[in-house]
Amino acid sequence: MIDNPKTGMSLIVKTITRLTVGLILLFGIYIVLHGHLSPGGGFAGGVIIALSLVHLILAFGRDAKVSKISMNLASNLESLGALMFLSVALLGFLGGSFFLNVFKKGAPFKLFSSGTIPFSNIAISLKVGVGLFAIFLALIILEGTKRKK
Amino acid sequence: MELHLLLLFMIFAAIVAIEVKDLLSSVIGVGAVGFALCLAFLILKAPDLAITQLVVEILCLIILIRATINKDLPLTIEGRWVFNTVSTLVFVAVFLFFAFLALKEMPVFGNPIMGVVKRYLEQGTAQTGAVNLVTAIILDFRAYDTLGEATVLFTSVIGIMAVLRRPGRKKIEEKSHD
Amino acid sequence: MTLYFLCLILFCIGLYGVLRKRNLVKIIVGLGIIEYSMNLFFVLLGYKMHGRAPIDAQNQDILNMVDPIPQALVLTSIVIGLGVTALLISIAIRIYDKYGTFDITKIKRLKG
Repeated sequence: MIDNPKTGMSLIVKTITRLTVGLILLFGIYIVLHGHLSPGGGFAGGVIIALSLVHLILAFGRDAKVSKISMNLASNLESLGALMFLSVALLGFLGGSFFLNVFKKGAPFKLFSSGTIPFSNIAISLKVGVGLFAIFLALIILEGTKRKK
Repeated sequence: MELHLLLLFMIFAAIVAIEVKDLLSSVIGVGAVGFALCLAFLILKAPDLAITQLVVEILCLIILIRATINKDLPLTIEGRWVFNTVSTLVFVAVFLFFAFLALKEMPVFGNPIMGVVKRYLEQGTAQTGAVNLVTAIILDFRAYDTLGEATVLFTSVIGIMAVLRRPGRKKIEEKSHD
Repeated sequence: MTLYFLCLILFCIGLYGVLRKRNLVKIIVGLGIIEYSMNLFFVLLGYKMHGRAPIDAQNQDILNMVDPIPQALVLTSIVIGLGVTALLISIAIRIYDKYGTFDITKIKRLKG
């Protein structure tokens, strides 16, 4: 692949990033989905997903396609995550009270068990991950406009 | 025994982080304190917290370093420096004395009074179906607190986007009108 | 008992950094140290000697776990601390753009 030596870091960092950034994203998704069986949960998994995207921008500089995501799209995705969490909470009204765990709880130690907890994990990870990535984008876009002046 | 050594290392790294004149070195000192905290969470049998503390520490360091690179200035000592330092140290000494008197009333380290938690431990897995009890507590028994935390994170992201905004279109139009 | 006291000494070091330093970034570093020490204090309250991690396994007894409620509260607190630190850093960047310095004794003009 083409290596532009003016943006980003050196060639060694770019090669290692190409090999490992997909694995980091996959590891984050694994920690989110198995939140009710092993340590982790929505918050740690969401931060790991945000870290994989930050890793791409730090290694490749302006060339990375991920840095072209506008702030509108990022804030829309984060609001979608918050609305998903609220809708899971309101779904508890079907059972009688706010935040009640209404789905069927299967046998323990299985992946499809424990009611609404996996949906809450996915909603929280989407919100936290995209929100922290939007913070990082805001910091580097400001640095970019300052240098142009 | 290992906890005492870790806490002494954290105190030493915190003193280095606050007193050093270079900004980059003090940020690295805070990173050392956070990493030792992650090890302390592992020794205290809390794996959820260790994972979360490690990744949050890395992201916090990236934000701090990105914001303060090439920006430090030399500072000079002025004003009533001796009086201010002595009064702060006297305040800290009084605080530690009363804290020592209060800490004598607490239960000994290692035997907590687990009054509330007995019900969660016995019926947690049966009532929620989740094996990880910490996830069951924050997403089923006490899910309202998680809603409050999601609101606080949302507010902080909105605040950052509002503070770090580029000058909008109106200002550029005004400059072109002049 | 000495563990609780060492935690409070770490809190006092952070408090000294907030009260007596003039560089804005050093104040934010002191606030971060205060947050770390208080999270550690909370988790130290719930430790049981020779306990297990609060995750159920297939063939072990239940009542020997450490206390999971302080761990749930501290999990929330860690992520909120990150949000607060990020907001403080963004305000500090804006102050540097307007005044040209991080020194708090020179940031006195209230207009504009």
